[in-house]
Amino acid sequence: MRTVETGVIRDAVKQLCIDSNYYLPEDVKKALEQSITKEESPIGKEILQDIVKNAEIAARNGVAICQDTGFAVFFIELGQDVSLVGGDFTGAVNEGVRLGYREGYLRKSIVDDPFYRRKNTSDNTPAIIHTFIVPGDRIKITIAPKGGGSENMSALAMLKPSDGIDGIKKFVVETVDKAGSNPCPPVIVGIGIGGTIEQTTLIAKMALLKKIGERHPDPIVAKLEEELLEEINKLGIGPQGFGGRITALDVHINTFPAHIASMPVAVNMQCHVARHREVVI
Amino acid sequence: MVEKRVSTPISDKTARSLSAGDRVLLTGILYTGRDAAHKRLFEMMKKGENLPIELNGQVIYYVGPCPAKPGAVIGSAGPTTSGRMDAYTPALLDAGLKGMIGKGLRNKAVVDSIIKNGAVYFAAIGGAGALLAQAIKEAEVVAFEDLGPEAIYRLRVEDFPVTVVIDSSGADLYKMGQQAYRK
Repeated sequence: MRTVETGVIRDAVKQLCIDSNYYLPEDVKKALEQSITKEESPIGKEILQDIVKNAEIAARNGVAICQDTGFAVFFIELGQDVSLVGGDFTGAVNEGVRLGYREGYLRKSIVDDPFYRRKNTSDNTPAIIHTFIVPGDRIKITIAPKGGGSENMSALAMLKPSDGIDGIKKFVVETVDKAGSNPCPPVIVGIGIGGTIEQTTLIAKMALLKKIGERHPDPIVAKLEEELLEEINKLGIGPQGFGGRITALDVHINTFPAHIASMPVAVNMQCHVARHREVVI
Repeated sequence: MVEKRVSTPISDKTARSLSAGDRVLLTGILYTGRDAAHKRLFEMMKKGENLPIELNGQVIYYVGPCPAKPGAVIGSAGPTTSGRMDAYTPALLDAGLKGMIGKGLRNKAVVDSIIKNGAVYFAAIGGAGALLAQAIKEAEVVAFEDLGPEAIYRLRVEDFPVTVVIDSSGADLYKMGQQAYRK
């Protein structure tokens, strides 16, 4: 049994909040740079250049890439041979968020109640924490701060098994088309297929943690990812919705076994500020 | 692509001279306002109360900025999705508001009100808040301080880069642009 102080988790979370909001992942930055030459629209090219320039300014000056520094969403793999001491695990994560958002000059974007009071909690808590117990004695913490603009354009459909691949494609492409300029294109589209209502949305969100260009190991799913990317980029929405070729940088799918009656599909939209970062303790 | 320099507040004549697709550099005063501030302004107007800001000819920027680091004017400050303000926008335009800066789609009631009032809807680059903040030279909270990032700030900007999305004739760059590249 390895002993880990929850204070170590708090400090790691604090640093992840700051770093994930200042530094765009390298694969995303590279994909944006490469898309400049692929984009046919002159205004689209200019927008992509400005987006790359923005990421450089943020990294150089140590400021947030985007003012919407998001809901602090965590995926935490907790090794079953770890014994946590020194306080409450969830409390440590929330304390890390509180410190990171304050000391990093990040925006506090969370209201305490969703529909009647909507008072800002002033410290960006609570975090959303997904915990997985895994073999081993390590703790892997991944943060994926999620902005509201793209999250609002996400959608879920409880499709019938008979809808098949064509039904999945239709739903995904329509969701991206309807979102238009709202989710800050170029977007990354995370898709979950299978499971139950909460499982399909969770795996859709986790699909957004994959690297740009990474394909699903199942060749049939990988082919669907490629076909969807091609169809989405025929929509003409383009960077910021001003028209163009680059509407999405990539499409990632996660699948899960399904009930004999069900084929749920979730689409989690991600703007071009596709932030995620991990640390292993 | 036309690039124009425009000073704010915006005159009726200037607003009508702008066309969907124009790249514009704005210099002057912008007021920030997003969901919660719009709701309050709208409720004050309904009750006939005096508003904390003058709307005539003004431009509202839909943004909730990051806090300023020590020595900085403001933190990252890019646009938020405009559609959430649609329920309140026609009333503000009728009260003299001339321009809005945001990103994303507007509903028909807003487009009709833009045409009726000779106003203009601009977009700034969503997700480029660090870049856009460099054009903001002064920032001061002028109303609803308790709303935190949703308070109304008075910003002084120099060459703040925007694109005209919906002009006073109702022409819409999102529709025009997408039609041109749709396969």
